[in-house]
Amino acid sequence: MAERVLMKGNEAIAEAAIRAGCRHYFGYPITPQTEIAAYMAKKMPKIGGVFLQAESEVASINMVYGAAATGCRVMTSSSSPGISLKAEGLSYIAGSDIPALVVNVQRGGPGLGGIQPSQSDYFQATKGGGHGDYRMIVLAPASVQEMASLTIKGFNLADKYLMTSMILADGTIGQMMEPISFEDAEIEVYEKPWALTGTEGKRKHNVVNSLYLQPDKLEAKNFERFERYKIVEENEPMWEEYMMEDAEYCVVAFGIASRVAKNAVVAARAEGIKVGLIRPITLWPFPTKALRAAADQVKSFISVELSMGQMIEDVKLATECKKPVTLCNRAGGMIPSPDQVLESIRNAAKGE
Amino acid sequence: MKTTQILLAGFGGQGVLFAGKFLAYKGLVQDKQVSWLPSYGPEMRGGTANCSVIISDTPVGSPIITNPDVLVAMNLPSLQKFVNDVVPGGVIVLDSTLIGAKVDREDVKVCYVPATQMAKDAGFATLANMILTGKVLKEAPCVDFADNKGTLEAFIPAKKAGLIDVNCKALQMGYDF
Repeated sequence: MAERVLMKGNEAIAEAAIRAGCRHYFGYPITPQTEIAAYMAKKMPKIGGVFLQAESEVASINMVYGAAATGCRVMTSSSSPGISLKAEGLSYIAGSDIPALVVNVQRGGPGLGGIQPSQSDYFQATKGGGHGDYRMIVLAPASVQEMASLTIKGFNLADKYLMTSMILADGTIGQMMEPISFEDAEIEVYEKPWALTGTEGKRKHNVVNSLYLQPDKLEAKNFERFERYKIVEENEPMWEEYMMEDAEYCVVAFGIASRVAKNAVVAARAEGIKVGLIRPITLWPFPTKALRAAADQVKSFISVELSMGQMIEDVKLATECKKPVTLCNRAGGMIPSPDQVLESIRNAAKGE
Repeated sequence: MKTTQILLAGFGGQGVLFAGKFLAYKGLVQDKQVSWLPSYGPEMRGGTANCSVIISDTPVGSPIITNPDVLVAMNLPSLQKFVNDVVPGGVIVLDSTLIGAKVDREDVKVCYVPATQMAKDAGFATLANMILTGKVLKEAPCVDFADNKGTLEAFIPAKKAGLIDVNCKALQMGYDF
């Protein structure tokens, strides 16, 4: 077994990115993700990489856009308000069909909000954020180990499908330390014939662009892109099932909320309530099949979120509203306690 | 199968986060499952800091501690904030040099350790945190006390290696108190 080390979630992302071959980081500091930038600032110069603190979030995402166009592995990271500023660039990158990795260590919103953990950027991450028809692959780590493994996975998927992968974490997972080992890092390498690497006069030049003034061409691009998205939806959903075999009630939660929910599931089982947990690891593509199968098994669902209820809409869509879905939530930087989730499970078991 | 939840709280600068880190590393080198979660929010900017450490034989669920098995309090506001959260049968270790108050609970074990005074007398005034941590390891033996040096070496940077011996001494003082 590889050696276990203790690391903060944010540092694990940075180290994993470097191991995945990322040598270009552009960012702008914001709590609670600044350790990513700090780690990159320390490490990148030593390994011949680029760390650049741009003058703004808008600048940094456009630097990512430029570097991604050359085919190199590149990333930026921020927290909620900073991601809003990057939204224009995210749309341009999607419209150009090039790979990038973006990290959002979420904090409470809207507006400048607070600096405590939140999951209220779920809509922004999974439904767009920027303008136009596009998707990002959204990965939701629930441990420091997953902060690392999903970062590596995110780079691989981005290259494979020519999309942006977003790590949608939160302040708690970013700030906490847990043991981690890097033994499983599997780096996939993809040919990038589209990349702007200089023609040396030997080939036709490549163009990376998101401007298509002729509507029929733009439409064709959109259809082509969504054919690719369909493959992602088919092949890439990831989720974890916990105590679902005989479950009559199903808690759905991701990230830090799933950790709290697990404690509550264990406590409810001790009271004799047959409850399980489905933890989406990819928020887009959403694990629709797992939820649909659960809808034929359980009596009701409980969506546990650090928001006013965003993922709950996808739970209802995935289950086609076959069974009731209730919400157990805190917002604004607060985290539900295991007792609050347990109470929601008890209420579900009472049919309330 | 055992899980110990330890909450350490005090003013910024007292070494609460460091003490928590030490406990987490202690668990790590002894092949336990651990989590370490610092406060980083507004309360930290107001001068108080706390961190939650969980040491377990099984994977750690929520890293957030609502009801600690062990509370280490290094100032009065921290004691007042968390005293009633400690589980019945739990342990409270407090710095009685800095906290004059007594704990008004019968169902927990309270250790009044004059850690700041002890540290001052021993010539390492800033290590009250490690004296209290030594006491924690005595009262709540979630990890073996042995080989503190090895643990400290695992995470103290080489240029500060000179501080390892005094940290070990402080831990021992608390353990023996």
